[in-house]
Amino acid sequence: MSTEITTTRAMRRRSVLPGFGISIAITSLVMTALVIIPLSVLALRAASLGPTEFLAAAWTPRARAAYAVSLGASVVAAAVSSVCGLLVAWVLVRIDFPGRRLLDSLVDVPLALPTAVAGLVYSTLYVERGWLGRFLVPLGIQGAYSWLGIVLVLVFVSLPFAIRVVQPVLESLDRDSEEAARMLGANRAQTFLKVIFPAIFPAVLTGFALALARALGEYGSVVFISGNMPFKTEIAPVLIVSRLEEFAYAEATAIAVVLLAMSISLLVVVNALQQRVARNAQ
Amino acid sequence: MPKPTITSANPLTERLLIAVAVGIVGLLIVVPLASVFAEAFAEGPAAWWRALAHDPDTRHAIWLSLTVAPLAVAINTVFGIATAWLVSRFRFPGRSLLITLCDVPFSVSPVVAGLALVLIFGRQGLLGPTLASLGWKVIFSWPGLVLATTFVTLPLVVRELIPVMEAIGPEEELAAVSLGANGWQVFTRVTLPNIRWALLHGIVLANARAMGEFGAVYVVSGHIAGATDTMPLRVEKLFQEYRTPASMAVASVLAGLALVTLVAKFVIERQLEAEARELEAARSLPDTIDGSGTPPDAGPRTSTQASIP
Repeated sequence: MSTEITTTRAMRRRSVLPGFGISIAITSLVMTALVIIPLSVLALRAASLGPTEFLAAAWTPRARAAYAVSLGASVVAAAVSSVCGLLVAWVLVRIDFPGRRLLDSLVDVPLALPTAVAGLVYSTLYVERGWLGRFLVPLGIQGAYSWLGIVLVLVFVSLPFAIRVVQPVLESLDRDSEEAARMLGANRAQTFLKVIFPAIFPAVLTGFALALARALGEYGSVVFISGNMPFKTEIAPVLIVSRLEEFAYAEATAIAVVLLAMSISLLVVVNALQQRVARNAQ
Repeated sequence: MPKPTITSANPLTERLLIAVAVGIVGLLIVVPLASVFAEAFAEGPAAWWRALAHDPDTRHAIWLSLTVAPLAVAINTVFGIATAWLVSRFRFPGRSLLITLCDVPFSVSPVVAGLALVLIFGRQGLLGPTLASLGWKVIFSWPGLVLATTFVTLPLVVRELIPVMEAIGPEEELAAVSLGANGWQVFTRVTLPNIRWALLHGIVLANARAMGEFGAVYVVSGHIAGATDTMPLRVEKLFQEYRTPASMAVASVLAGLALVTLVAKFVIERQLEAEARELEAARSLPDTIDGSGTPPDAGPRTSTQASIP
């Protein structure tokens, strides 16, 4: 206790530990040059368009279709990731079986595998002659160059987020209340729905939001598999790039600002949720 | 380790759950990963090697990736240490804003980040004309690649360091300062040994992301073969040119790198867990051992003091 008090006091008198000046210089330099100035320039450039021009650029039918594809596929992918993620996290935490550690390591593959590789492989897997496509295409399931393909790669890139947020919360879950519920006659389903799920729900929701944020911005893998057909399988980041390649900077900027606004609002939601998870853990 | 208790499911349900989890990971992760290598080596290792080594543009892409990624990681390492030091050791106005800002690159689409850089450094950008008159090229050139890659990997080192430095606390550094160590000595002899595994963890993750970054780099590179194509961009270009086997060969190198990253990550995480346990054990020791008059390492400490001019 006493050390804690001296510690806080020492940190307030910030002259005690060295390096404040140089650290703040490095941090502000990198932060300003890489994050603050670029994002401000983007916002200013969009603001300089004026409201009517901005709307004309950001709200064209093609752009609206791209937002819809982006949002729709990302929400579906994040939901699939959350459900699958909860299940995988549950198995990793609650059940001991040979190969558990291997499964645990494999979950991180999407974090380390370049998204371009993922996109390339998924598109070759689900075409008619691919490993999986040869079974699925005859059934009428088109996994490549389709909306489903977008969802598939987005699930791939967002799955680790959904798992890794839920896993520690499941680990720290107090087993006593579960045991009490079972002793008092609740069946497994009741115990899960009324005791476990409320406790892990904020974590599941955080995982969903993180997966959604990741999916909304994803470009590398989608560009390979979606076919990028305007109005059908064109996501917002792909539209930004194609506008940029036509040197339509104003339009690209306007669409980027809409996408940025979505991401930043998600970041705010994630931060609020994470604070709630931290409070629940205490 | 879970033991059978009243709350554990029956063996049949457990097996079913394991099967579904293995199925999910298998179908989404293992099958694609295996197929990269299967496709890359479909025509034998000789063809694989030819695709990589005998194509000058691919060779250049590999070389470019090996230059850009370390530069971005180096910037991130310096930024990560400085920011984690600030956040974990000082209280100042704007501290929580800084923590939030560190996460921003994670939630911004890489394409948007690349576009922002083009708006600043591009030919029609804010600084474009000035840079052009100086003869500097940022967009469609390697400095742009480094900037874009640094942006997308910015949170990775910092996020690893902050929790570890918060958990360790400033006591040892305060002790070093009170014994007369200067800033550099505190950093190299106290802080760095304490955070080395967490730092390495962050560097490994940042490097993997830097090698594989596609969206941000795609926008700023102008994809000029043999000039600004990194390995992931080369994968896409070969794919667009209907040279899928060659594309798969480059992809297999990236996938191999990802596997090496995961093994390194696994080893480092073991070390981190061991150190966290040690820290916990040290915390639970009674105060008398910490506060005893002669610490066992009194010798090196005095020599440290003696070396200070």
